[in-house]
Amino acid sequence: MENINAKYVSQKISKTRWCPVSYSSLQQPEVFATGSWDNEDNKVSIWSIGNHNNSGLEDGFEGDPQILCEHKHGGDVLDLQFLDQERMVSASSTGAVTIFRYHPNTHTISVLQHWARAHSYPCDNAPCTALVCSSPEIVTVGEDGRIVVFRADQEGAVRVIGEMRTRMLPPHKESSLKLSVVFVRECRQQHNSRGDLPKDHGALKFDLFIIFLYRAPLHCVDRHPNQQHIVATGGQDGMLCVWDVRQGGTPISLMEAHSAEMWEVRFHPTNPDHLFTCSEDGSLLHWETASHSEMPSFLQGGRNSSVISHGALTPAGGNRPLSSAWLCGDSGKGCLETTHMLPSQTMSVNSLDIIGQCLVCGTDGEAIFVNRHVPV
Amino acid sequence: RTYFCRIFNYSDLKSVLSLSIQNIPALRRGKHMGFAWGQGNIFVYETLFKATGATGSGSPFIHEVRKDEDIYSPILRKLFNESHHIFVGLQTIREDLPSKNKKPQFVSISKNYRSVIRACMEELHISLNPTVSILLAIELIWNLCEVLFIDAAPAGSLLLHLLDWVRLHKADVDEKARDVLQSDSPAEHRDYWDVVVSYVLQGRLDEARQMLGKKATLTPAANNIFKMMDNLLSKMPFYNPGGTQTLTEFDVKWRHWHEEVDRCLQDNSFASNQHLEVLCKILLGDEDTLLEHKDLLGTWYHFLVSRLLFCHPTVKPTELHYYAQSCMTMFLDSRSAPEPLDSILLAAFEFDIHQVIKDCSIALNNWWFVAHLTDLLDHCKLLQSHNLHFGSNLREFLLLEYASGLFTHHSLWQLAVDYFDHCLEFGRVYLELQIERVPLDTERKALKVLRICEQRQMSEQVRSICKIMAMRALRNNRLGSALSWSIRAKDAAFATLISERFLQDYCAKGTFSDLDLIDNLGPAMLLSDRLTFLGKYREFHKLYGEKRFKEAAKLLLSLMTAKIAPRSFWMTLLTDALPLLEQKEVIFSADQTYELMFCLEELTSSLNTPSSDSDKSMQVQISSFPASETFM
Repeated sequence: MENINAKYVSQKISKTRWCPVSYSSLQQPEVFATGSWDNEDNKVSIWSIGNHNNSGLEDGFEGDPQILCEHKHGGDVLDLQFLDQERMVSASSTGAVTIFRYHPNTHTISVLQHWARAHSYPCDNAPCTALVCSSPEIVTVGEDGRIVVFRADQEGAVRVIGEMRTRMLPPHKESSLKLSVVFVRECRQQHNSRGDLPKDHGALKFDLFIIFLYRAPLHCVDRHPNQQHIVATGGQDGMLCVWDVRQGGTPISLMEAHSAEMWEVRFHPTNPDHLFTCSEDGSLLHWETASHSEMPSFLQGGRNSSVISHGALTPAGGNRPLSSAWLCGDSGKGCLETTHMLPSQTMSVNSLDIIGQCLVCGTDGEAIFVNRHVPV
Repeated sequence: RTYFCRIFNYSDLKSVLSLSIQNIPALRRGKHMGFAWGQGNIFVYETLFKATGATGSGSPFIHEVRKDEDIYSPILRKLFNESHHIFVGLQTIREDLPSKNKKPQFVSISKNYRSVIRACMEELHISLNPTVSILLAIELIWNLCEVLFIDAAPAGSLLLHLLDWVRLHKADVDEKARDVLQSDSPAEHRDYWDVVVSYVLQGRLDEARQMLGKKATLTPAANNIFKMMDNLLSKMPFYNPGGTQTLTEFDVKWRHWHEEVDRCLQDNSFASNQHLEVLCKILLGDEDTLLEHKDLLGTWYHFLVSRLLFCHPTVKPTELHYYAQSCMTMFLDSRSAPEPLDSILLAAFEFDIHQVIKDCSIALNNWWFVAHLTDLLDHCKLLQSHNLHFGSNLREFLLLEYASGLFTHHSLWQLAVDYFDHCLEFGRVYLELQIERVPLDTERKALKVLRICEQRQMSEQVRSICKIMAMRALRNNRLGSALSWSIRAKDAAFATLISERFLQDYCAKGTFSDLDLIDNLGPAMLLSDRLTFLGKYREFHKLYGEKRFKEAAKLLLSLMTAKIAPRSFWMTLLTDALPLLEQKEVIFSADQTYELMFCLEELTSSLNTPSSDSDKSMQVQISSFPASETFM
C-alpha cells in the first residue's frame, strides 16, 4: 500500500482506463483517461504519469498524475473504452455515444463522431450504460433495452438489435473479447447470455441465449483473457462469482468479496491468475489464485497460504494445468489470496484498470489512485 | 444566519458585514418581487400586485438567485474532499485509549488538516485567486489553536512553538535574504541590515551570524565588535524540551546571558556601529527598539513573540494574554479598531476557545473551518458542552450547518452523508430530509443513494426513491424495470399497479414482456396478490407451452378457485381454458369441469347482466364436454 498515492481532482470519477500500449514494446502504460459523473459539466480527461523532465527526483518518488487535456462531455460518463491508441469511445447518461480522438502532440482532444440519440425512449433520454469495442465496431447497450452496433467510420448505426421487446431482454452491461459478446442484464434477476457475432462481410448474425441466472442484479462482468469459457461477475450483493460458461447453471465459485455493490471486475490481461474488483464500499481487492511455488502448501506459513486445488497437478516449473486455478471450486478461499489495495475509509471506488504492473482507479471522493508496482 | 456576509480577502477582514446587492436583470423596475427561501438559494418572482404606473403583463419566470459559494470552486473542492477523509479518520479513533496516547495523534491530524489547507493555498496562489488570503488567515488561526490548545505546550516549549508559528507565516524574510545573497555584494545591499534584524527578531540566530560574517569580512577594522556580537548571538540559550536541563536551570542560564548583553550595552561596546547597537537593544528586548521596526515585524503577534523571546522565554500559557493584550495595544494605532483577525487571535491567546469559534463563524462565509476545528477540539475534550437553545451542542451544530451546505452542491452531497452520520442527535433527521432531495438522474446514482439509505435502515426514503424510479420506468414503458424497483422497495401497492399494467399489456398484445423477470420472481412473488397472480399466470403459459396440460389445467383452475385471480381477469382465464377443453384427450376431470362451470356462473351472476352471447356459448361448450361423460 505504500506505493499508492491519491490525487484529488475535483470531479467524481466514474471510469478510468489505461491507454493501450503496444505489447511489443513491453512498456508500462503511462497515459490514462478518466470520465467524470455527477457534475454540472462533466469531462473526459487524459492524464499522464510519465516522468516530466524531473530529472532530479529519486526513483522512489512516483510522478503525480498530471492532466494533459480534457474535453466537455454532455451527461455522466457511464462507460469509456479505448478503440485504439488514439481514439476512445464514451457512453453517456444522455444516451449519446461519442468517439474522441486524443492528439498526443498537441495535447488536445477532439470529437470524431457523435451519435446523440444512440439510445432513447420516445419521450425521454435513455442512458447508454455500457459499450465494448473491437475496432472498428462498437457495440453499445442502453436502458432502453436495445443493443446498437456502430462502426467507427460510418454515420448511422449499423444494426439495432432489440426492437422487439418481447424477445429481447434489456441488457445492461457487456464485455467482449474479439467477436463474442457477453451481456449481463440488470434488473432484479441477472440474465447472462452469450451472443456470437461472427463477421460475415458486413452482415452480422446474432444469436442470443441465456446461460444462467443469478439471484441479484449484476453490474460487471469480465472474461478470462485466455480461457474464454471462464467469466467473473460482480453485482449488487458484492459477491464475486466465477462461472464456467460451458456448464451454466450455478457458479463454480461464489466468494464474499465486498459489503456493497461491486462496480468493476477485471482479469489481469497478461497474468490472469490475478483478478481485481472494486466496490461501492470503498475497497479495491487484488485476488490471486494458487501460487506456482514448488514448496508444498503445508510448509508455507501464514494465514494467506495458498492451497493448490486437488484437481490441478503441482507443477514443478512445468506446464500450467489446463483447468485454470479459478475453477478450483469449493476450495474457494483456500485457493485465493486477497489484498486490499487502498487505504481504509475511501469512498466508493467506481472504476479500475490494470495493465502490466500499473493499476489506476477512481473514486467518488474525487480522487485518483495510481499504483505502479502491483505485485503480479 | 448572515446570508449576505462575505469576506473577500485578508485586508478586507476589517469589514465584517458588507451588503451584497444583486440586480435581477429580467425583472423590470416598478414590479413587486416576491421570494421564497430554497436550499442555499432564493427563488424570486414577480407578483401580481400592480403599483401605480406599472404597465404591461407580468413575467412568468421564476429566478433562482444563488450565492457565489466557495464550494463551486474546483480547487476548494479538493479541500473539502481531502478534509472529509481526515474527518472520517478522526471519528474512528478509539475512545478507550488514554488521552496521553491520543495527543500525538490529534496533533498529527491537526497537521494533516493544515497541510491540506496549505496545498490548496499553493494552487490558488498560482492561479492568483483572492481566496488565498482567507486560507492564509485560516491556517494562521488553526496553527495557533494547534499550538495553544491541542499541543498545549507548557512553558519553555511554548515559546519555541510560537517561534515556529511566526516563522511559518513570515516567509518574505527568506525572499529578501535570497535577493541579498544573490546580489554582487550582499553586505552592501540596501536590504542587508533588514535581513539581519529580521533573522534576529525571529530567533534565527545562526543565519543572522552567517549574514553578519559577510559584513565582518568587509570591514576588518571593526572586526572586534563583530566578533563580540557573534559571540553574544552564539551564546544565547534556547530551551531544549528533550534535554536534561530543567526549566529553572534554563532560566538561570538565560538571565546570565541577558546580563552579559546588558553589560555590553552599558559599556557602549557597540557605540561605533549603530546597527550593531540596535541589534544589542533588540537582544535585550527593548520595547521601543522593537517598535521602531514595525515594518519588519509586520504584525502585533510577531512583536509579541519577539518580545517574549528576548524578555521572558519561560512564559507560561496562562501569562500569555497579558502580554498579548499589551503588545496589541502598543503595536496598533490607537485610532484604528482591531480587525476581526486580531480579535480572534487575541481570544486564542486568552484561551477563550468559544470566543475564537464564535468570531470565526461570524467572520468567514463558509462553515468549513469552524466545523472541522471545533470537531477536533471536541475530540481533544476541550469544549464543555455549550448548549444552544435547541439542545444540540456546539460541535454538532456547526457540523450540521456545514454538511447542509454541502448537500446543496450537485456533487459534494456524498461527503455530507458521513458528517451527518457523526452527529448523533440530529444527524439522522437531517439526512432523512436531505437525501430525498438529491436529483436522481441515472439509475446508477439512484443505486448509490439507495445504498446509503438501506445501510441506515431508512425504509421510508428507500420506498420513496424506488417509487420515483419505478414511475420513471413506467412512463417509459419499461415494465420490468418498474417492477424490480417496486420489489426492491417492498412496495405492495405499486407492485399491484405494475402487475395490472403487465396484464393489460398481455390482453392487448397477447404476449408478455420481460419474461425472465416474471419467471424468476421467487419469494418476491408474494409481495402482492396481483403479482402472485401474474407469476402464476405466466407459469400457466409455460406449462402450456411445455405441453404439460394437466398441470396447466390444475393451475388455471386454482387461480380462480383460490381467488388469486382478480374477478376482472376471469373471463380471460376461462377463455384460456377453452383450448384445454377442446383437446382430444381429457384434461379436466369431472370435478374440475364442474368447478369451471361454477366459476362461469359466479362470474355472470356477479356481473348482474343477462349473460351475453359469449357467455352462453361458453356455458354450452363447457357443459357439452365428453369429459363429464367418461367419468359418469
